[in-house]
Amino acid sequence: MIYQNERAIYVKIADRVCDDILSGKYQEDERVPSVRELAAEYEVNTNTVLRTFDILQRDEIIYQRRGIGVFVSPGARHKIRIARKREFRQHELPEFLRRLRLLGMTIDDVVKAWEETEHANH
Amino acid sequence: MIEFQNITFSYRDKSEPVFDDFCLRLEQNKVYGLLGENGTGKSTLLYLLMGLLRPSEGHITVDGTDVSRRKRTTLQQMYIVPEEFELPTMRFTDYVKAYRPFYPAFSEDILRRCMEEFHLPLDARLNQLSMGDKKKALMSFALATNVRYLLMDEPTNGLDVPSKKQFRKVIATSMTEDRTLIIATHQLHDVDSLLDHVLILQRSHLLLDASVTEICEKYTFDVRPNDDIDENVHYSERTPQGNATLSLRQPDDEETPLNLELLFNAVTSHNL
Repeated sequence: MIYQNERAIYVKIADRVCDDILSGKYQEDERVPSVRELAAEYEVNTNTVLRTFDILQRDEIIYQRRGIGVFVSPGARHKIRIARKREFRQHELPEFLRRLRLLGMTIDDVVKAWEETEHANH
Repeated sequence: MIEFQNITFSYRDKSEPVFDDFCLRLEQNKVYGLLGENGTGKSTLLYLLMGLLRPSEGHITVDGTDVSRRKRTTLQQMYIVPEEFELPTMRFTDYVKAYRPFYPAFSEDILRRCMEEFHLPLDARLNQLSMGDKKKALMSFALATNVRYLLMDEPTNGLDVPSKKQFRKVIATSMTEDRTLIIATHQLHDVDSLLDHVLILQRSHLLLDASVTEICEKYTFDVRPNDDIDENVHYSERTPQGNATLSLRQPDDEETPLNLELLFNAVTSHNL
């Protein structure tokens, strides 16, 4: 069994903010909650949220407007999707394939399941 | 800034000093967690800092002024929420009216916000409140004083589960610039996400004085299979999920969240 390390709190909060951008809760060029609002929401130290904002700013997911607040960058959703796809390919997909082989399943089983859910979704 | 310079202190009825040549320096704008087993002097340290107890040797200064002088300019920048306390028989609004003049930076706004978050009415009768609600009312007053140095002794004792959550929200939003908060506690799970800095006290000295950033840069906290123990592991505890492990962080390891309880146990059992 592979043990996945828990990620640092500021990284997890960054993930939540990205989720909210993907879901459209925060639109591009719209304001995201302030450091203090996010600190209250996740019950963490404000410095933790500052670190979250640092990495999101570095990845150009958000940008700061001095004295006004923090906003979602144009193209942020696209960037998050690309980053998440890459992460999926690097981490989750190999683990998924490993388990398929371990359980003696084939890609046909996956295709079948895929088609079934496609039907359910339409 | 707060400085304890070579403090010696003992209670009259005890021969062994609680602090002996003790030094500590606390910086501005941080949340400190003051941890230690029972009877290690956490509360004594807070009372010494407030100038309510006096050391037999050494000095404690707040922004350069000796606290034992109990100067008005120092005291109006400090507030302590003790672990246990009595409140007078009056309404909270009257209590606020009576005590707010001592604190020039008092904020009505913060007071309202805190009481609202704690679901307490501003005109609550203090003698009719439960211990937990009294604590919430006093904490609201404490935060509203807007002092530079706020001390809390076991703030989550007596609070129920939703109140502990409210407490964390209130603290998270009330940490303004230029404020230092010292939380003495052994309820580690109640406060771990709020801390900037960890102090672990053991009779007369500090076993640990490090920022959370430093700790997480140096160590990895993870859960490992039972057989996965290498030379980097400093401390581990068996759990149903595997071994909760504190190990030296390797260059390509991702940062992991602080497991304050594991850190505390590692430090107090001298495995760090």
